[in-house]
Amino acid sequence: MVSHCLCKRPPTSARGQQQESHGDLRSLSSSLFIIILHFLYEVMAVHGPVVKIHPVVLASIVDSYERRNEGASRVIGTLLGTTDKHSVEVTNCFSVPHNESEDEVAVDMEFAKNMYELHKKVSPSEVIIGWYATGYDITEHSVLIHEYYSREAPSPIHLTVDTALQSNKMNIRAYVSSQMGVPGKTVGVMFTPLTVKYIYYDTERIGVDLLHRTRASASRTNGLTTDLAQVASAAGRVQEMLSTVLSYIEDVLSGKVMADNSVGRFLMDLVNKVPKITAEDFESMLNSNINDLLMVTYLANLTQAQIALNEKLVVL
Amino acid sequence: MASRKESAASGSNPLDTPVKQIQIDGLVVLKIIKHYQEEGQGSEVVQGVLLGLVVEDRLEITNCFPFPQHTEDDVEFDEVQYQMEMMRSLRHVNIDHLHVGWYQSTYYGSFVSRALLDSQFSYQHAIEESVVLIYDPIKTAQGSLCLKAYRLTPKLMEICKEKDFSPEGLKKACIGYEHMFEEVPIVIKNSHLINVLLLDLQEKSTVADKHELLNLSSSNHLEKSLQLLMDRMDDMSQDIGKYNTYCRNLSKQQQQKQQYLQRRQQENAQRQSRGEPPLPEEDISKMFKPPQAPARMDTLLIAGTRGVNGRCSPSIKRLFLPAYSAGHWKFIVLCLKESIHELINSAMNGSI
Repeated sequence: MVSHCLCKRPPTSARGQQQESHGDLRSLSSSLFIIILHFLYEVMAVHGPVVKIHPVVLASIVDSYERRNEGASRVIGTLLGTTDKHSVEVTNCFSVPHNESEDEVAVDMEFAKNMYELHKKVSPSEVIIGWYATGYDITEHSVLIHEYYSREAPSPIHLTVDTALQSNKMNIRAYVSSQMGVPGKTVGVMFTPLTVKYIYYDTERIGVDLLHRTRASASRTNGLTTDLAQVASAAGRVQEMLSTVLSYIEDVLSGKVMADNSVGRFLMDLVNKVPKITAEDFESMLNSNINDLLMVTYLANLTQAQIALNEKLVVL
Repeated sequence: MASRKESAASGSNPLDTPVKQIQIDGLVVLKIIKHYQEEGQGSEVVQGVLLGLVVEDRLEITNCFPFPQHTEDDVEFDEVQYQMEMMRSLRHVNIDHLHVGWYQSTYYGSFVSRALLDSQFSYQHAIEESVVLIYDPIKTAQGSLCLKAYRLTPKLMEICKEKDFSPEGLKKACIGYEHMFEEVPIVIKNSHLINVLLLDLQEKSTVADKHELLNLSSSNHLEKSLQLLMDRMDDMSQDIGKYNTYCRNLSKQQQQKQQYLQRRQQENAQRQSRGEPPLPEEDISKMFKPPQAPARMDTLLIAGTRGVNGRCSPSIKRLFLPAYSAGHWKFIVLCLKESIHELINSAMNGSI
């Protein structure tokens, strides 16, 4: 609703300034758009599909930003992925060389086409769904580049990743463009923000968890830990969660915190989920499972010893 | 078992190995995971090329790109051309375009094959420091990222160069299955900006922890691993049977040669007594062609597979040690993991 009323404003101001030259109008409307956008984004307006991004895309964008040419303030590239009715899933990307100066922008579209062909050979199901740029604002050049891309894909998505960390955070935003203005007279392009979600495959999440650990070490490096350490840390995490729950329950019982019905229902769910088996049954199940594993380990060791012996005999 | 293999590898590591450590960018890890996830469902392997640089004694891998699958109906597809074009394009965007190795996914540890050996040999021959990264998606799905880097030992390189796979050749080089591959330790590195990104993702992402590591039900994987192990054992016993027949044939032939020589000598002696010229000593080796020595390389490869396969068991066992000690408590915890997370969320919201 808020976005609706805001959208009505620009046309009136456009009508009032019809006498001015197009250049002035353009710059004014673009600055107006940017203000509108910022406001809209605070309100988290949702128009259009939800954008789901995989972490590999963002890592790739950051990496190409770090490798940009001297003098380039931002990098742009193509986004690949799949679309369906209500969402767009971004699964891959590649950067495209481009030159940007005050009044013009040149994008190597030939390169983009080539790369897309190559990528298509590996994953034929990915299509061009938009493009990305690093940097905080949407500039006029972006509008031009967006036009290029709308020839490649229907309603392309524009993604911005703020690598300059303007607000001490890496703002990742997605936009889709729509026509606006007075039809026939002054038409402009408006970028409406979209909700951005991050989705992971299971294995991706495990990979990202591992990458998180590099933050801790000073040299930003991390070896791959052993299985036992990981099991211990996972158990530790669950233990923490349980202690949080227990402390909350104790607070409620002693009257410090108001009892919440929904939390109570979750607690009941929790307790009911434990299957009702006796301790002896559980012990016997666990023991037989462990016996199986031990037997397999023993067999594997046996075969290994056998092979080693065999080799020694052959070499003799 | 795993430690034994690694100590054997490090023991045979001469001091002049060009690569002592591998440093991988987080981006490469994510790309490999994604490639398998999208294109490699089932028991097919996915492959790709690693790009990077060699810095002192470290091999830095900074980027990678995948290879399309080999399909029989894509006859006109040219691998080399694809690679050249990809590298040329990547050079334009300042990505390291130096080949430093390749990666492959594996199905339950069965990656030691002739094809791998050949590819790795050609890579290592051309580029001294190249490695093959093996990514195990099934083990990764069980909770911990499983990525290993292997190189061929110098001994094996020698043998591959001479293409001498006969038993004598292998005996000369004293190669056991432990000396085929050496593992190089991996370290993951991230730049500062990527760390910022990760922080951001952690705040915003609402994906729940799934705690696969605490999952007690590993029987599925155990079955499959055992199945593969049995298949390998069958192959190996067939191979050994072939080798035994070869040995037997060889010894039989030796006997025949001896007999023939003896008869010849006797005849010659007789002839001499009769005053006739002795029969010429024919080229015996031409008469008795030595039987074909079966290539022992396959046996070695199979043994190598088993050596790697056995690694599944100890890790599963280790998983169980804490379970056993924790016992009942852990079982309950497993059933509750998801509900706990919801509970925490609602408790946080409720208590605020």
